[in-house]
Amino acid sequence: MTQDNAGERWIGSAVRRFEDLRLLTGRGQFVDDIRLPGALHGAVLRSPHAHARVGAIDVAGALALPGVVAVYTAADLGPADRPLPVMIAHPNQADPATQRPLAKEFVHHVGDPVAFVVAESRYIAEDALDEIAVDYEPLSAVASLEEAVALGAPVAHAGREHNVAGEVSATTGDPGAAFASAYKVLDRELRIHRGCAQPMETRGVAALPGADGALTVWTSTQAPHRVRKVLAETLERSEETVRVISPDVGGAFGMKGNVYPEEVLVACAALRLGRPVRWFEDRREHFLAATQERDQIHRVSVAVDEQGRILALRDHFLHDTGAYVPYGMVVAVNTLYHLHGPYRIPALDLKVTSVYTNKSANAPYRGAGRPQATFILERMMDQIAAELGLDPAEVRRRNLIDPAAMPYDTGLRVAGRGAIIYDSGDYLETLSKALAAIGYDDFQKRQAEARIHGRLLGIGVACYNESSGSGPFEGAKVRVDRNGRIFVYAPTGDSGQGHETTFAQICADVLGVTPDAVQVVTGDTGTLPYGVGTFGTRTAALAGSAVLVASQEVKARALSVAAAVLGRPETELELHAAGVMAPDGRVLPLGRLVDQAPRVPGEGVPGLEATHYFRPEANVWPSGACAAIVEVEPRTGMVRVEQIAFVHDCGVVLNPLTVQGQVEGGVAQGIAGALFEELRYDEQGQLLTTTFMDYLMPTAMEVAPIRHDHVVCPSPHNPLGVKGAGESGVIPVAPAIAQAIEDALGGRMRVDRVPVRPEEVWQALAAGEVGS
Amino acid sequence: MKPARFQYCDPETLDEALRLLAEHGDDAKILAGGQSLMPLLNMRLARPAVLVDLSRVPELAGIRQEGDVLIIGAMTRHREAETSPLVRKCCPLLAEALGHVGHLAIRTRGTIGGSLAHADPAAELPAVAAALEAELVIAGPEGRRAVKPEEFFLTYLMTSLAPGEILAEIHFPVMTARSGWAFREVSRRHGDFALVGVAAQVTLDAAGRVERAAVALTGVGPTPVRAAGAEALLIGREPDPAQLSAACTAVTKEVEPESDLHASGEYRRHLAGALTGEALALAIRRARGEVGV
Repeated sequence: MTQDNAGERWIGSAVRRFEDLRLLTGRGQFVDDIRLPGALHGAVLRSPHAHARVGAIDVAGALALPGVVAVYTAADLGPADRPLPVMIAHPNQADPATQRPLAKEFVHHVGDPVAFVVAESRYIAEDALDEIAVDYEPLSAVASLEEAVALGAPVAHAGREHNVAGEVSATTGDPGAAFASAYKVLDRELRIHRGCAQPMETRGVAALPGADGALTVWTSTQAPHRVRKVLAETLERSEETVRVISPDVGGAFGMKGNVYPEEVLVACAALRLGRPVRWFEDRREHFLAATQERDQIHRVSVAVDEQGRILALRDHFLHDTGAYVPYGMVVAVNTLYHLHGPYRIPALDLKVTSVYTNKSANAPYRGAGRPQATFILERMMDQIAAELGLDPAEVRRRNLIDPAAMPYDTGLRVAGRGAIIYDSGDYLETLSKALAAIGYDDFQKRQAEARIHGRLLGIGVACYNESSGSGPFEGAKVRVDRNGRIFVYAPTGDSGQGHETTFAQICADVLGVTPDAVQVVTGDTGTLPYGVGTFGTRTAALAGSAVLVASQEVKARALSVAAAVLGRPETELELHAAGVMAPDGRVLPLGRLVDQAPRVPGEGVPGLEATHYFRPEANVWPSGACAAIVEVEPRTGMVRVEQIAFVHDCGVVLNPLTVQGQVEGGVAQGIAGALFEELRYDEQGQLLTTTFMDYLMPTAMEVAPIRHDHVVCPSPHNPLGVKGAGESGVIPVAPAIAQAIEDALGGRMRVDRVPVRPEEVWQALAAGEVGS
Repeated sequence: MKPARFQYCDPETLDEALRLLAEHGDDAKILAGGQSLMPLLNMRLARPAVLVDLSRVPELAGIRQEGDVLIIGAMTRHREAETSPLVRKCCPLLAEALGHVGHLAIRTRGTIGGSLAHADPAAELPAVAAALEAELVIAGPEGRRAVKPEEFFLTYLMTSLAPGEILAEIHFPVMTARSGWAFREVSRRHGDFALVGVAAQVTLDAAGRVERAAVALTGVGPTPVRAAGAEALLIGREPDPAQLSAACTAVTKEVEPESDLHASGEYRRHLAGALTGEALALAIRRARGEVGV
């Protein structure tokens, strides 16, 4: 008999991450650590204008500098001079505007690439940038959403008639009737700032042309197969001649799921010059050239009955997609269909208008539209509570979907996305655990006591659920070598999630070994021909399931080979750490089976190896609840987050440590979005926040202690029962903090936009004389 | 983000440094810790042809007391001054303010003189120098001269240092008996430049009346700003809450802060008053011996 229970051992245990020793002792191998002798260094000349016609470009001065090897403009790129493809196209988006590797005729945001210099050093390359003369004819820039949709507004793309990049609507039930018969209708305008991912490691690319014409590219990406596909297309070569490797990646947060102009430029230059070329993004470039996110204006109405139950929700909102749409309408549509949230909402009237402006492209950043939807829904929940005199947690309880109703069909059918059906979850239990963790029931007493001493404390709570684990597929290969060592090849890029550890745990359970006997290789297109990438909280559900099934197939093969060698039926054999064991005590180590496999008659791999591509039948729906306590300093309006409680349902927990890491990192970014980080542009479309002095990424001092707990409702849609944790933490933090601030101020401030600036809080305090 | 080409010089004596500055004139820039200059170089906002690094000039560093003056060499690192028992004893306002300068890594590299000569009005040390009426001792080709803070700080990032001159020492008056101090600031994040900061020092006479009051603010003007009106309200009287409140109101009337990305002028004005109140209250309690360090 095989040990069916062996699978319980490693999945779920707090295995410390194998990656950490390497990463924490400075031995990680990031793109910039890849040694390529004789490599040339690239630098990108970027547009100083938000919108301009590009005239003559004079590169003679740059080429004349000693050490400059080449200077490319769009005209020099040959077939690569074409718009980059849309990663995920949307049927409602005709003629999507995407970036070209180098601008041709027009630049559409400050930072748009105009020329690419290749030189013997980065210093020389940057000197050469100063010597390139570009004739720009500045055009009117569209610098805000309001401006973009105003009558007679300038256009962000010269030649287009308007700034609308696409519209999607969705309706359920009978919203008109619900609003007409409602006990109360609440209206509000809500805004979410523009923000961006700030990984410790910015973007970087290195390309090595081989003597045989093959090209190897190391790039700091979440999606090496996507990069390979785009490089093959733009360089007009077979994918088989391009290998893309995503080595250690120092943070990505969705932003590195895009394929960028620089990846094409570096590869193109390396092939042209027959020498390795590398480029690394500096922080200022990252602010100007990497994708950004959030930035929406919502006009929302809810219809409620006397009990505070939502009868209908209407939200027609604007989404600032920036100058380009590398991800089609993904972020806008994600917001749209997450507006149902974990609640019963019988009627919905939703519409998003995605709008071009002259800013960097809006593309997924951790949460990818979900935090916006949660902010809207949760702010409205708090407004319902205030208007009806109910406790905010009670309003949520009255509206949350009952666990018995799972799977739950929202009735929403969304263009480009399909049916929105929740697979699993116990939202009431999740909320009640979060309330218990923060001490919700005792808080009012604490708040009243603090008030006596002039201290302003407030509490807020927010619930959410999120679509994740989207298809179409992800693959893994499991192979045992002659020494019996087990290798897992999972080419989705890892940017800190800990795949080397969690995939090893999955495989170890199946093959009856310890996780340290399993070596996981990620992020290399050379290991598997097909792949998608790590984003949208999908890797555990998809690649994890692929690892599980491929491991099971290797196990089956091991037993079948062993049965032939030992002359016993498979049912009598067991797989242990030492190998396959027969009832008579004979043991065949896995390495021996690799040797034996070719000699076993019949079909099958001549070794121990299996590849599996997992294709999910539907998305999965993790969920969570967050509670926050803040303290507002009465004289300055400064807000300090005192504590956060976060309860999360990611289905089966593969490793509580990595889930905790994901949730805590997400919460930190949630605090950032609630109180600190904001990309601010002037009226000409110049980005004003291009350093960490002005873009206020919180430090450890600003991030509160986080209490963390789980609810486990396994998903039926994959064999592991996992749902994922990647985006979790960031999603509900802003509305929880917003409500906590309102609560601290005794309802004298309405938080209608994030991030909340201390000055706004002070103004509310000064107007209301709170705490004086 | 690589600097344009420059020549790097690291003289070992003050004379040699002065000679290099004389030789290169406007083309030269002094490197004194690099916590502000290096980012400017890397962003190519500053492109000096010659960088004269003062790190190896021993005579420019060090902390010593001479009578009623605490002398700090311009190249003394923030961290050394912050942790110096002598500074804590003679000039506790400076020690307290230094704790607010950036982060530990910045304070380990940054220097007292570099910070003052950079003359960022949002920085802590210019306000401390203004509150304490420190003397800034400047070495030049013709010898030394000493200037007061109000003569030294001209406007944003501009001082009266002439090309060819080096800020050599800062002379802080040693705090006298019956004195108290406080440094208060408000910033969005830990370690940021403050939206507004206040350096206050108060000396009482034997009868408990205010003999000297100094309030200097950061972030409310193009230079560190002394709140003379507020100070005048306190002098010669026994401080009470009404007077403190009047002083705070006076501060909000005498500063003219500008608006920027991080705060409006109006908010800064409010913060100036609020922080002045907190800083003066603590300084007075310390002067009375009611609280320790």
